[in-house]
Amino acid sequence: MDNVLQMAAEHARAQEATAIHKITMRIGDMSGVSIDALTFAFDVLARDTMAAGAELLIEPVKARCRCKACAAEFTPDSPITTCPGCGAPGATLIEGREIELTSMEVS
Amino acid sequence: MSDSGALRTIVIKESVLDKNRTIARANRQWFDERRCLALNLLSSPGAGKTSLLERTLTDLADSRRMAVIVGDLATDNDARRLNDRGAAIVQINTLDICHLDADMVARACSTLTEVEPEVCFIENVGNMVCPASFDLGEHARVVLLSVTEGEDKPVKYPTLFRTADLVVITKCDIADAVGFDRDAAIRSVRAVCPEADVIEVSARTATGLNAWYDWIEKRRSHAGFGPSPVEHGTQE
Repeated sequence: MDNVLQMAAEHARAQEATAIHKITMRIGDMSGVSIDALTFAFDVLARDTMAAGAELLIEPVKARCRCKACAAEFTPDSPITTCPGCGAPGATLIEGREIELTSMEVS
Repeated sequence: MSDSGALRTIVIKESVLDKNRTIARANRQWFDERRCLALNLLSSPGAGKTSLLERTLTDLADSRRMAVIVGDLATDNDARRLNDRGAAIVQINTLDICHLDADMVARACSTLTEVEPEVCFIENVGNMVCPASFDLGEHARVVLLSVTEGEDKPVKYPTLFRTADLVVITKCDIADAVGFDRDAAIRSVRAVCPEADVIEVSARTATGLNAWYDWIEKRRSHAGFGPSPVEHGTQE
């Protein structure tokens, strides 16, 4: 979360803004990031920054996989990405690992 | 800007890990230029990363110049265990951070310029969650799983195991005593990372260590760094 706030502050300063009011992030459900923990950390860490009191909006991103054997694309129902079509294990994650600072409202 | 002060939206769309990735790429180039194989060792606390490295540094001391970058929250206990084995040891104390990132490794590398290691082991902080997301600039990831941890660890921590190039099953000498189900463990590894190599070792009895040393040499060749200029067991 420190990284996010640093990035946000750099972008805000580059635009000569002095306050951040809202931050939107995209978080993949296989990114290893807990949205609850992220939100909690944000509220605490933002206090002494230009994002103090800002709203954090999280857009969750569902995982998508591509099977290495049959190339089928599917939404895995667990982090163990077994292909529902052919049963091959260890499919490649093509979406769901995002930890993205998407946009901000500043003034 | 003249509209300073007005409420406005900035579109960014940048990964929070972009900066880490950029530094990791530079690290990989640093290792490549020195023909040094960099291995990121990851596991839960107590799986035996330091014990494996103790043996490795001693056994390969005559054939390879080695370095270890050791990450820990606090203490230099692991670095002290690895000292005096002919390898350069760099300790990183991450304090409250639960993983190594590429910038910490870059700073550690800057102290290794005189050493010119041929193999650099990066012993990550013992943690199976956060370190998975951080590329350090390594050539390969080695994930350790000790026989005391339960055979289903790979399916419980798929985010980490999915990225493994090699899974090392450690403490094999006590596998029977703890009722370790080898087949179940390998099935669990295969379910998450079907392409990873699997090696079973005991750092205490030296079982399987040659397979580990061969794997390191194979990865050096794979990275284009060529075979050893020095035969095992001879002085340079």
